[in-house]
Amino acid sequence: MGKQINVALIGNPNTGKTSVFNQLTGLNQQVGNYPGITVEKKEGICKLPRGLKAHIIDLPGTYSLNASSLDENVVIDLLLNKNDKDFPDVAVVVSDAENLKRNLLLFTQIKDLEIPTILVINMADRMKRKGISLDIALLEEKLKTRIVLVSARKGTGIDDLKEQILNYQKISTEPCMHASGIDPEYFNLLRKTFPNQALYKLWLVITHDANFGNIDRGTLTKDANFNTKSVSDLKRLQQKETILRYKFINDLLKEALTIDLKNATDLRIKLDRLLTHKVWGYVIFSIIMLTIFQAIYDWSTIPMDFIDVTFASFSEWAKNALPTGPFSNLIAEGIIPGLGGIVIFIPQIAFLFLFISILEESGYMSRVVFLMDRIMRRYGLSGKSVVPLISGTACAIPAIMATRNIESWKERLITILVVPFTTCSARLPVYLIIIALVIPNETYFGLNLQGLTLMLLYLIGFGSALSAAWILDKILKLKCKSYFVIEMPSYKIPIFKNVALNVIEKTKAFVFGAGKIILAISVVLWVLGSYGPGENFNNAKEIVTLRNQSENISEAHLKEEIASFKLENSYIGIIGKGIEPAVVPLGYDWKIGIAIVSSFAAREVFVGTLATIYSVGSDEEETIKKRMAAETNPILGGPLFTFASGISLLLFYAFAMQCMSTLAIVKKETNTWKWPLLQLVIMSAFAYLVALIAFQVLK
Amino acid sequence: MKLTVAHLILGQRGIITDFSVDTVPLKLLEMGCLPGNIVELVQTAPFRDPMYLNINGCHLAIRKETALQIEIELI
Repeated sequence: MGKQINVALIGNPNTGKTSVFNQLTGLNQQVGNYPGITVEKKEGICKLPRGLKAHIIDLPGTYSLNASSLDENVVIDLLLNKNDKDFPDVAVVVSDAENLKRNLLLFTQIKDLEIPTILVINMADRMKRKGISLDIALLEEKLKTRIVLVSARKGTGIDDLKEQILNYQKISTEPCMHASGIDPEYFNLLRKTFPNQALYKLWLVITHDANFGNIDRGTLTKDANFNTKSVSDLKRLQQKETILRYKFINDLLKEALTIDLKNATDLRIKLDRLLTHKVWGYVIFSIIMLTIFQAIYDWSTIPMDFIDVTFASFSEWAKNALPTGPFSNLIAEGIIPGLGGIVIFIPQIAFLFLFISILEESGYMSRVVFLMDRIMRRYGLSGKSVVPLISGTACAIPAIMATRNIESWKERLITILVVPFTTCSARLPVYLIIIALVIPNETYFGLNLQGLTLMLLYLIGFGSALSAAWILDKILKLKCKSYFVIEMPSYKIPIFKNVALNVIEKTKAFVFGAGKIILAISVVLWVLGSYGPGENFNNAKEIVTLRNQSENISEAHLKEEIASFKLENSYIGIIGKGIEPAVVPLGYDWKIGIAIVSSFAAREVFVGTLATIYSVGSDEEETIKKRMAAETNPILGGPLFTFASGISLLLFYAFAMQCMSTLAIVKKETNTWKWPLLQLVIMSAFAYLVALIAFQVLK
Repeated sequence: MKLTVAHLILGQRGIITDFSVDTVPLKLLEMGCLPGNIVELVQTAPFRDPMYLNINGCHLAIRKETALQIEIELI
């Protein structure tokens, strides 16, 4: 086998570039990040005829080479850097038959870089329905390229594309038009000053506020013979360039493209009239969202219960099957439940991404963004923040991953930072048990107080997300000019393969990315809870037995007492006692303190931890509820869970950033510890403050 | 008062005449919003913002503040 052919897939968004990528690579693909930035890097291997292989890189979608975002910078960076190991031998520009004119703009720019370029015209199957016919021979001649008609949906034309990739050396590297026409004098000067560089590459370096590949912008502009143009002059030239390119494209398409409107049946108009309607649009959006959440909760219950039970019995089995000893305990009580804690989220995440990718693939998501933009803008967010905020009620992790389609880094960052305020499903078990304890189950005016409290908590979640966004918008001074322009693509029936691959990839990213951290935390927690220093921990059995000698208690009860005493003297118990002074003003005791600390790994750990600490054998809510109701406050006396301490606890959970996996994913998405740490500190401090005030006022 | 895209009513069409480079993003040009092209208002969100346009067959939505910068002539 010889050298692999490096192929770069380039194209406008919504041209089906990723479908073509999926068709070429199938499951032979992997998703990572470009070093140092958060932009997703998709690459894969494609088998070509005659035993050869191509390494295919799916570059982020871009409308032109005039980059305005990190994603788009990636495209230029690769195309300018000959030394990059992924530097393409051949570029494949994917276009959409319906939007050929706009797609060709990018194509003519790529051609100027003097890289062999193939033009793929995708969605060829829709051409007939839209009344589009093309003079391929003329296009090939004028664009100096090879054209492949593809339907990624039906899988046609892919073999032809592979054949063209194989023969890339036969493709002309000559530009189809020259950008230098916009200011010949200036370009001549450029050519004279830097005779060794390709002209259009120089132009791209000059017009971008970033360094690309091996050309250093600094040395370029410092050169004495070279007079820099002002930013607005350059912008004007870029505008001129765009107009010039469109003129070339228009002239070409006047001859090569005919659209017979008689054959065109446009579903778009009818659907848009309904789906973006000022009233019906919002009604339909609400119905779709409600249905999706209903489905996510409903459908994932069965697999989640199944996973829960399976891991519980697996843990039980491991306990019995493995020889007794600390190592077996670690596996049975630390690692297996820890793994269960990861796997149990898979159904929710998979369903959520299933729906989101269906909405995206169909083109409906752009309509939601259109409907919501005005409302979200008041809070420093974009219309594109709606989807993550809503997904956050299931789980912040997929929600944060879903912010990737927000182009403005500032709006995206704000969205990432406020998503954890929305009431995720992990808060539910905590809310439910505390509400049951401190809010009377009474009905006023047909409204159940407990249900009302829960609803209030959801509203607090959304409210604080929006308020935090509003504040962040005022504070954050990010140099990030991004205009709101969104393409409204035509409606399409989602391609199953794309949806499936997307769900698999996102789920995998969750399991392996955030999963590692959940696993590590659960092991640490287990160790801290299972070991302790000194006599008290090691001789727990003897001490407790001795203490209870006079009383007649059952063996089961004695066992619980021993476990409870052991925990109190374990490392985590000692930590709990240590933090007790900090949680007493909030109305909690050291046990709740420990539960809060351990639930920094994940909120739902709270109930489980309290269950262990209160030495109740099971997590069953009724029994632990009884135990919690019976607890007394060590300092103030009276019951521990009063209205005041309960509300304080509810508010603490509403605001605190207690989710290791969310922090991990924020780190992954923002590529720095700065944001997750700020999130952790600020949200927790705020939660503490609110809980403190609530308890002190209400007690 | 100059007539701009923001003044279009639903279904109305105009020809783009001019706009300032400093206020209209290049991205909009790249998506086909160029002088001489025909623009049609397809739909608006409440308060006429954002606006959903069809510019020479390219469908896109922009905010009203941007639409106010694009001058047109009615046809």
